[in-house]
Amino acid sequence: MLEFLGRTTKGIGALAAAAALAASISAAKAEETIKVGILHSLSGTMAISETTLKNVMLMLIDEQNKKGGVLGKKLEAVVVDPASNWPLFAEKARELITKDKVSVVFGCWTSVSRKSVLPVFKELNSILFYPVQYEGEESERNVFYTGAAPNQQAIPAVDYLAKEEKVERWVLAGTDYVYPRTTNKILEAYLKSKGVKSEDIMINYTPFGQSDWQTIVADIKKFGSAGKKTAVVSTINGDANVPFYKELANQGIKATDIPVVAFSVGEEELAGIDTKPLVGHLAAWNYFMSIKTPENDAFIKQWQTFMKNPKAVTNDPMEAHYIGFNMWVQAVTKAGSVDPDKVIDALPGTKQPNLTGGVSEMLPNHHITKPVFIGEIEDNGQFNVVWKTDKLIPGEAWSKQLEGSKDLVADWVQLKCGNYDSVKKVCLGTATK
Amino acid sequence: MTISLMRLALSALLGLVLLGAGPGFVSEGRSQGAADIAPAVARFAADSYSDTEAGLAALALSPNPQAAAIVDAVGDGRLVFDPATKVVYVKTKAGGLTDAATGAAVTSAPADLKTVRLNNRVRRAVEAAAGALALASPDAAKRIDAAGAVFKSRDVAALPALDAAIARERDTDVKAALAQARAAIILTKADAPEPERIAATKLIVDRGDQEALALLAGVPADASPALRTAADAGIEKINRSLAFWNVAQNVWYGLSLGSVLLLAAIGLAITFGVMGVINMAHGEMVMLGAYTTFVVQELIRTKAPYLFDWSLAIALPLAFLFTGLVGIAIERTVIRFLYGRPLETLLATWGISLMLQQATRTIFGPTNKEVGAPSWMSGAFQLGQLSITYNRLCIIIFALGVFFALLVVLKRTSLGLYVRAVTQNRRMAGAMGIRTGRIDALTFGLGSGIAGIAGVALSQIDNVSPNLGQGYIIDSFMVVVFGGVGNLWGTLVAAFSLGIANKLLEPFAGAVLAKIALLVFIILFIQKRPRGLFALKGRAVES
Repeated sequence: MLEFLGRTTKGIGALAAAAALAASISAAKAEETIKVGILHSLSGTMAISETTLKNVMLMLIDEQNKKGGVLGKKLEAVVVDPASNWPLFAEKARELITKDKVSVVFGCWTSVSRKSVLPVFKELNSILFYPVQYEGEESERNVFYTGAAPNQQAIPAVDYLAKEEKVERWVLAGTDYVYPRTTNKILEAYLKSKGVKSEDIMINYTPFGQSDWQTIVADIKKFGSAGKKTAVVSTINGDANVPFYKELANQGIKATDIPVVAFSVGEEELAGIDTKPLVGHLAAWNYFMSIKTPENDAFIKQWQTFMKNPKAVTNDPMEAHYIGFNMWVQAVTKAGSVDPDKVIDALPGTKQPNLTGGVSEMLPNHHITKPVFIGEIEDNGQFNVVWKTDKLIPGEAWSKQLEGSKDLVADWVQLKCGNYDSVKKVCLGTATK
Repeated sequence: MTISLMRLALSALLGLVLLGAGPGFVSEGRSQGAADIAPAVARFAADSYSDTEAGLAALALSPNPQAAAIVDAVGDGRLVFDPATKVVYVKTKAGGLTDAATGAAVTSAPADLKTVRLNNRVRRAVEAAAGALALASPDAAKRIDAAGAVFKSRDVAALPALDAAIARERDTDVKAALAQARAAIILTKADAPEPERIAATKLIVDRGDQEALALLAGVPADASPALRTAADAGIEKINRSLAFWNVAQNVWYGLSLGSVLLLAAIGLAITFGVMGVINMAHGEMVMLGAYTTFVVQELIRTKAPYLFDWSLAIALPLAFLFTGLVGIAIERTVIRFLYGRPLETLLATWGISLMLQQATRTIFGPTNKEVGAPSWMSGAFQLGQLSITYNRLCIIIFALGVFFALLVVLKRTSLGLYVRAVTQNRRMAGAMGIRTGRIDALTFGLGSGIAGIAGVALSQIDNVSPNLGQGYIIDSFMVVVFGGVGNLWGTLVAAFSLGIANKLLEPFAGAVLAKIALLVFIILFIQKRPRGLFALKGRAVES
């Protein structure tokens, strides 16, 4: 009898506990969540790159919720598909902010999509985290740039080639749009400042999706036979890369003859192609999947479990989202609110360990500090890191190499300005735009 | 033919002679060899690129038979070392482990082995070392490769080995290659006697290619005047001959681009040219053909890898059938209700193209799929100074093959007769007892099927992704309209002339401007001749 009583009380206790738990869950459900907008193309040309970023955001949000969310509230992902259509990016951004009332948006890949959403974020005063390497020349109050600025990717790569491969002649090849054009302008100015003559620089642009590279590769070969070591600095965009590398291999140009260093070829892009002919070509990034650190191992494992694919690869923009998301969580916790103004003020100075063993910091110019790695493509589609910077490089919003931007300073903490002219001592504000 | 046979016999003979001499030579090497390479091998354990490079350079000069195996192992990433004991091992291709310095097999492998790392500098050193070591190879082809490697590395240290190789070489081709390699070294060696260096320029000029140009351009400006003039004269001579080859090369590239345009457009020449359907989903048929190739290759990889070289041949009929059936389905369900309403057809087929793209993206994922090349399609051969790749050549031949096969179908078969009858005068054809609806479906299926086999070929040179078709749709319409709607020969001429014009413009104007110039030209041309190059004549056209 006693025993029975004991058992029933225990049972009742368990029941009550369960009921309490259910109540708390339903309470949490009824309770307001913090909404996080994800603005990445899931269809159209850019789906190839952006779908992964949507997935990594879902994984990060899921993980944060397992840890109890933020400010005691659960996070809720709101996914929209701007379909690789630049004006639609602006429309979807407006929809996320006004209709879904998201507190922050993670998104965009191409610079043109970022430029198209900028006015929306400024007008509605919201926050955008942009995870992709870009051409710089921008610093907005509402945008946080977690990808590399030119001085965190392009310039160290050129330095590496000049020093380690003794390159004296340069081919700057790119797809014809804003990122390659600006990057090449910066690189050209930089190379000339290092004493490279104009006749040793060849600049070449190709349309999006170029598939016939025969002439251009033959030109590169010709340019490379002037008796000086030659390298190609490639800002060729995603899809056009495969036929480009295939043509290099076809015409018998090996990495040991003319190395190609690419700024948009990562693990994800290599996953779909036969990498044997590419071995030894280079890429410059702030993250490689092959880097061995406990954080990275854990991240890769988590990603592969989340994707239910033991072969899923990780890449640089994914790490940028990882850093950006965690910085945002820290800033919200610090500010104690998701109010955009408070979070924007709290973000500069936040420190977040990155996946390659360093600690990245959000700078007053809304860029972050990052290490730079040069990797050589291996036959398994991974990169073998052959060089790295000894410390983290702070991202520069305005390039020191370009006339008109070398005097500009971005500082949203002291100066409250994205383009302060340090010579005229005046904030240009939106006047120049 | 006879010459190559003779060369084969000769090299076989030579091989026998060398093999006969082999054991004596090897045993002589081993007595001092093991001690000889130990310091070189030890450098691999230092885990630094420059040490690895130095180790390779030392091995390149070693007579030790182990050396070649070690150099190979470095190149393949099979050279490992124990970080604790600094002993270097070679992983054999069979999976075993041998001690690098002695060549003895190791039974109990240490636990933490690190691979000797490679970068481009090390790879260059591997090539140079392998080249120097292969100079004594019994295989004539390998010796020619070795001479090429030495030519590229211009390693002064390889000179004695090279001289020895030239002295014993009997094959004239190999001898010439070796002499060129020697000339390259002499030319770059600043302290070589001047007459020798000038003689070397002559040999280099005879080579006549861009590498020779690079070498001559590399002669420093402060070299003796006689040498400098010899080099400059050589550069001019090579440039003159290269100018001719450049034109030849651009024409070849133009033919190659033209064949791609022809392949992409030829299906459209049927659906748009013959039937008059503005078929925006044409590019997606090409894409479906490419994905069929991917699926076939995946199945072959998992089920029957030995068939891989036949994968494209197997994919061709399957791609034709599959895309043909998809085409028939589209015609029966959508297009047949829209005949005579071009605007609605345009919108409907464009919608279908988006649906097909997104469906592919959902099923196969948005990333590129890897379609491999069969071994007989990779590589290139040399025609004068022109290097012709097999895959481009195959595509040209294939495009022409498809074109003529289609011509035969339309001109010589009863289906072709019906097709022409229906498209020229539908009502009369109907009155003669031809089931016009069935012919419409079959014609559309034929056009789609041909787009599908174009996809099989294009999978070899382009990305297999859901966007594959978009890149070709504009070019295809351009070719068909320029050539003259309804005229297959026009499509052929238009494809090749646009291809060649584009490639001749590209070196001057750049890829972007060349394309724009071509589009502007076509717009102007269409203004002048709205019916394209080869306009159809007759009453059918006017109606």
